[in-house]
Amino acid sequence: MTKIPPQAVVIGASAGALEALTTILPALPADFLLPLMIVVHMPSDSPSALTELLQARCRIRVREAEDKEPLSGATAYFAPPDYHLLVEAGGHLSLSNDEPVLYSRPSIDVLFESAADAYGPAVVAIVLSGTNRDGAVGLKAVVEAGGMAIVQTPQEAFAAAMPEAAKAMCPGARVLSLRDIAAYLQKVGSQP
Amino acid sequence: MKKAIPSEKTEDIELRLLLEALYCGYHYDFRNYAMASLKRRLRQAREQLGFATLSALQESLLHDPATLPRLIGYLTVQVSEMFRDPAYFRAIREKLVPHLRTYPSLKIWVAGCSGGEEVYSLAILFREEGLETRTQFYATDINHEALARAEAGLFALDQLQLFTENHRKSGGKSSLSDYYSAAYGRASFDRSLRRRVVFSDHSLVTDAVFGEMHLVSCRNVLIYFDRTLQDRAIGLFKDSLVRKGFLGLGAKETLRFSPHAGAFADFVREERIYQRRAE
Ligand SMILES: C[S@@+](CC[C@H](N)C(=O)[O-])C[C@H]1O[C@@H](n2cnc3c(N)ncnc32)[C@H](O)[C@@H]1O
Repeated sequence: MTKIPPQAVVIGASAGALEALTTILPALPADFLLPLMIVVHMPSDSPSALTELLQARCRIRVREAEDKEPLSGATAYFAPPDYHLLVEAGGHLSLSNDEPVLYSRPSIDVLFESAADAYGPAVVAIVLSGTNRDGAVGLKAVVEAGGMAIVQTPQEAFAAAMPEAAKAMCPGARVLSLRDIAAYLQKVGSQP
Repeated sequence: MKKAIPSEKTEDIELRLLLEALYCGYHYDFRNYAMASLKRRLRQAREQLGFATLSALQESLLHDPATLPRLIGYLTVQVSEMFRDPAYFRAIREKLVPHLRTYPSLKIWVAGCSGGEEVYSLAILFREEGLETRTQFYATDINHEALARAEAGLFALDQLQLFTENHRKSGGKSSLSDYYSAAYGRASFDRSLRRRVVFSDHSLVTDAVFGEMHLVSCRNVLIYFDRTLQDRAIGLFKDSLVRKGFLGLGAKETLRFSPHAGAFADFVREERIYQRRAE
């Protein structure tokens, strides 16, 4: 467990994202203290469907991130299709058009690395279900900065490759089921 | 005694010093770019140019003239397409052109033109709409290598399928293949498209207004700036535009957070096209 209270949560998911996120996000209360930044790989022509679907089930706000938007608690910011999402040290978001990383734009690694830079130990990073290995390098950056690294239990994941890769790169990461991830977030994101 | 450990992360100190060197030595001002992605690109430059630290890269920057253009190549993102986001160009064609027709002569500024994809798209669109001959285009960027590519009008052939598809979706009235010929694996665009384009070095960070524009198209450039710089650039656009002139931004860029927002009205909201208010 991190000693410094987390100020933000970053999440990466690919194949199986919807199932995983519909377990975690609706469990968070309307007064959840932290912002969540989320990268999901998805085809670029089905943009807002995911955020609308999730918003309908959540008490926190769910929306697509805007460039230079200041972060607030109880809000999940999704990377728009075809843009990288990064977080700046001042607590606001940036989008970028840089080349894809590991064939992905948005890239989980890009978000996680920016979060490691911006928050150091005060960030929780979570790698969920997926078929590639995006997120592993980023999770390592979070660990090196002293942040909290969590990986979804691969056996439980719809696609195990991504959590497996993250686990292999960060042996110290906590491996948790979706339910436990939700419970953990509820704990770190509520009033002390 | 003070501990001999820097209070700021060493890499962050080096980064600030490197940007300072770039500014003092060459007047390239990246100090207020959005840091997260700039940092990423600098790390990439450091690794790929073979330096152990950003300080070593800085030394080379100050002493080896070959380093500057290579570094600029990393610091400025050159990703672009012709008719990128076809709906934007469709909106220009269907919603702006009827207004633009009412002017006897037109000035159009493409700010951050990269390799020319955007300005060639507009030149083709204006030709299709019969506006080309009354139009002067200005295409500006800070990356000299990109400006040279833009002037040459050469694009990789393997991109042409995408460009053709984009052009069609933008409501193109001709066939894109009418405008280029294939040679040596590249598409060479018709010289006549460049007749009405002036390419030049101009920085939205350090340079000033240079003319009265009817349309400024600045896409996917502002996202690389922090708020302060965005405000400066938007101020430049405001001061460049004629009353009721148009400003087009990238699909994920907005005036919403800008203090200049009040000087503009939404014109085609979904496409981030704004109109300068008359007063
Ligand atoms: C991602 S490209 C966008 C190209 C094109 N406008 C498009 O939307 O496809 C960004 C361009 O902005 C240029 N740029 C970066 N900083 C700039 C500045 N301060 N002034 C003018 N152009 C700049 C870069 O060199 C690059 O060519």
